[in-house]
Amino acid sequence: MRVEHELHYRRRGRNFGVLFVLIAFIGVVFGVTVVKVQTGGLSEGFDHVLRPTLVPAEEASQ
Amino acid sequence: MADAALQIASAARPADEAGLRDYWRLLKPRLMSLAIFTAVVGLLVAPGQMHPFLALTSILWIAVGAGASGALNMWFDADIDRVMKRTRSRPVPAGRVAPGDALALGLFLSVVSVTMLGLTANWVAAGWLAFTIFFYAVIYSMWLKRTTSWNTVIGGLAGAFPPMIGWAAVTGGTPLEAWLLVGLIFMWTPPHFWALALFVKLDYHNARIPMLTVTHGRTETRRQTLFWALGLAIVSTFAATTAMGGPLTLAVALVLNAVFLRLAWNIYRRDDSDSEADGHGTEKALFKWSLFYLFVHFSVFVAESALPFGGW
Repeated sequence: MRVEHELHYRRRGRNFGVLFVLIAFIGVVFGVTVVKVQTGGLSEGFDHVLRPTLVPAEEASQ
Repeated sequence: MADAALQIASAARPADEAGLRDYWRLLKPRLMSLAIFTAVVGLLVAPGQMHPFLALTSILWIAVGAGASGALNMWFDADIDRVMKRTRSRPVPAGRVAPGDALALGLFLSVVSVTMLGLTANWVAAGWLAFTIFFYAVIYSMWLKRTTSWNTVIGGLAGAFPPMIGWAAVTGGTPLEAWLLVGLIFMWTPPHFWALALFVKLDYHNARIPMLTVTHGRTETRRQTLFWALGLAIVSTFAATTAMGGPLTLAVALVLNAVFLRLAWNIYRRDDSDSEADGHGTEKALFKWSLFYLFVHFSVFVAESALPFGGW
């Protein structure tokens, strides 16, 4: 039978706290990524397409 | 509810072992709340649009950056915190968090907050956040706090940057209006703190911190309180006349400053025996008014920018 170390009980609160912070961090990074992709923003310069903001208006409309 | 969770988490711990609450206290939550409030105002008042989620996360990273500088301050100041009654129960001097852990947490959160703010908003805002952390942790905590009686003034500057960081997060720049928000908090901090120092017996002298009340005396502190209140009134009135202000802001600013100046004048006119006779009534009144002042002044900037008839 595997006996859990006393330290795991003692630090359970801290461990769950760290878990919560890590999950929240992942959620925030994911949310920021979704918003950045949806709104264009900084990603437009790095995805091998013309940057719409740099294309002259006449060219863009053709 | 968070408090209840923290209490349950810490119930089975030995007294000298750090719980979540201790790591939370390392981040100086009260200073963080001021940084959050002023950064939100900077973000709302700045011209331009920002996606609500990006705005929310930008505020989060500014708050984390403020917390990081708090942890670095707690690490470096552990020796003086141990001496003063007000601070000796803090996690590091009380022995619940090792100094190295506080340093590691502060450095880690500094890097995370600056990097994430750069990726979320822009690198101008991130650069100013990095500078603010450096200014508070190194220039203020490690250098000037222990060497000059103007430490309150210098420390106030570190606390004054968040609204400008919020502004920069939206616009990518720091125009005059953003600097005026910085100036407002910068001028507000010394009279706010000196009013407190005049009625609370702070034991800074035990820790050999050169506070103005000790190095230059309480009469000079009263004089400086009035001087800085005058400076605050000038910055506040000027800020109300810029593009971020308007008639409403100007009217509110005039009332707020009139009361502030009257209280500061009364403090200047009396001495310690007068003060003790009425239980430090005027000093306490200025301290309370200063809290109300900052909250209302910053809120009215937001109201002015949000109202359809706001602005000049």
